[in-house]
Amino acid sequence: MRTADLVTASVLLVVGGVIIFDAVRLGIGWGIEGPMSGFFPFWLAVILVACCAGVLAQTLRGDATRPFVTRQRLRPVLAMLGPAVGFVLLTTGVTVFEIPLFPALGLYVAAAVYLAFSMRWLGDHAWPAVAALALGLPVVTFLIFERWFLVPMPKGPLEGWLGF
Amino acid sequence: MGVENLFHGFQIAVTPFNLFIATLGILLGTIIGVLPGLGGANGVAILLPLTFTMPPTSAIILLTSIYWGALFGGAITSVLFNIPGEPWSVATTFDGYPLARQGEGGPALTAAFTSSFVGAFFSIVLITFFAPVLAEIALKFGPPEFFAIQLLTFSSFVGLGGGNPLKSLISILLGFLMASVGLDIVTGQLRLTFGITDLMKGFDFIVAVIGLFGIGEILLSLEEGLRFHGVRARINLKVVLDTWRILPNYTRTFIRGSLIGFWMGFKPGGATPASFMSYAFAKRFSKHPERFGKGELEGVVAPEVAAHAAGVAAMLPMITLGIPGSPTAAVMLGGLIIWGLQPGPMLFKENPDFVWGLIASMYTSNIIGVLVVLAFVPFFAAILRVPFAILTPVIVVVCAIGAYAVSSRPIDIWYMLLFGVIGYVFKKLDYPIAPLVLALVLGDLSENALRQSLIMSQGSLAVFVTRPIAGVITAAAIFFLLMPVLTPWWRRLRGHPSAPAAGPRH
Repeated sequence: MRTADLVTASVLLVVGGVIIFDAVRLGIGWGIEGPMSGFFPFWLAVILVACCAGVLAQTLRGDATRPFVTRQRLRPVLAMLGPAVGFVLLTTGVTVFEIPLFPALGLYVAAAVYLAFSMRWLGDHAWPAVAALALGLPVVTFLIFERWFLVPMPKGPLEGWLGF
Repeated sequence: MGVENLFHGFQIAVTPFNLFIATLGILLGTIIGVLPGLGGANGVAILLPLTFTMPPTSAIILLTSIYWGALFGGAITSVLFNIPGEPWSVATTFDGYPLARQGEGGPALTAAFTSSFVGAFFSIVLITFFAPVLAEIALKFGPPEFFAIQLLTFSSFVGLGGGNPLKSLISILLGFLMASVGLDIVTGQLRLTFGITDLMKGFDFIVAVIGLFGIGEILLSLEEGLRFHGVRARINLKVVLDTWRILPNYTRTFIRGSLIGFWMGFKPGGATPASFMSYAFAKRFSKHPERFGKGELEGVVAPEVAAHAAGVAAMLPMITLGIPGSPTAAVMLGGLIIWGLQPGPMLFKENPDFVWGLIASMYTSNIIGVLVVLAFVPFFAAILRVPFAILTPVIVVVCAIGAYAVSSRPIDIWYMLLFGVIGYVFKKLDYPIAPLVLALVLGDLSENALRQSLIMSQGSLAVFVTRPIAGVITAAAIFFLLMPVLTPWWRRLRGHPSAPAAGPRH
């Protein structure tokens, strides 16, 4: 708990410092149209830095008792976060320096894979149920958003192949 | 005059399309309220992009109905599953869950829904009469007054929020700073982007809300090893009518709770303390306080009345001053701006159809709401019996859809995940999230109010003190801001031992 508190406050302190730096570049004084662009962020960041310093001081004075999270309790969190990151990866693909490392499959295909993975390996559901839901839900979602509300979602090669 | 306007509003709210929209909103909202990780604020945020093409009045009816539905849904999880869906439902679990375990779930839910309805109705009536008056006063406000009100809004989070005041302040500052990332519309300069093109459009508050509240909440509930031990409740017409026959015995609690709720509710963050206060009062004035906590129907009535009265009252400052009283109201305020409406007192002059349609729809939607939830309780409760391995991916996908729909940028889905992790860490470390969201939504409005005030005064901060209305509001804001410092002194002066600082929840 204490370490996490210290790390968070320190990170925010650095963020505040970076913002002050950029605000000074933009100008924190009085320009032609009144206060310059950096004026508002500058003072906010100054107070932010002061508050973070205050939290740091408070935390250092307090005593370290409970851990932020135990390893045992962290497991379900990571078990959820991992597949979720995988889902977003499949949806958007990965491009590093303009080089596509991994193609974007689109939201619907990614959702199907994600749901199937979660149901089968985290939930131990039977294959027929997995297949029905993992195929059915994305199709329903597709109909609702692309057809009914006309809100386009990220699409990949499969949708293109099917002619959408 | 007010009655005529209201009548006009009903002509807008009671069209088949708007009634259909309201029913749809209530159904979706209740589902959202029941689902873990989806509350009023991010439910509204996810559906906001779908309303961009709707007429603004129908859009706000949909979003407010989702909000009412989510408020009703919170009661279902509290009573049947002992899980408060929202912080202001915590007090409902005290007596609601014991009642459900004793087989009295039906009456408990009926009492909860009816109380919610009564509390909401009370606040709506007050809004109908107060809103035009408040808007009339607010029309005289200039930028300094608006900035002072915003200052008051945020300092009340610091002073009355109950957590660590420094951390509350940090949350607020972060929200404002995130709002200022991107293009500065006044000078045309890019701010805080550090040459990264993805930062040019800034952080969208919808994406932030979905991540902070949605993903963050799921992570937290998974870590806490949440298991749903639901109690089944039978609810039918006979149970409802029998409960309604008992409820008039609690008239005093209804009135007290409504007043507390309304009074606390139009200030930010007021619903949660209102529900606890109402519960405490009901217990103190009860003839048998020893029954509270073991399954007393009045213990369900009291917090629900107050929470709903407060939830509705949060709309009052939103439509009259352009200041949201709750995170959900903040998201709706963002919606107003996107639909091209200027939130604040001018709404009453320039868009009377919108305002009065909205106020009238509060009546119709809450009536629809109480009927829908009473009729479909088993269906809503069944949602929570869906296994986590299915529920979690579905919620994540729905959140991703909402985040992407805002501006069709894949990077927003990543931001959503990032905000989810930030939300999880912040909740664990007791950094409040609601003020961050409010600041993110209000950022540009506050900065413009500050700039215009300073231009009026040619750079002197005295403008916030010398104008009479702004001066009074600023003084109140400073008082709230200093309250965490003053309270220990005051205690010592009066000879009380200083109270121990509120510890973190975990």
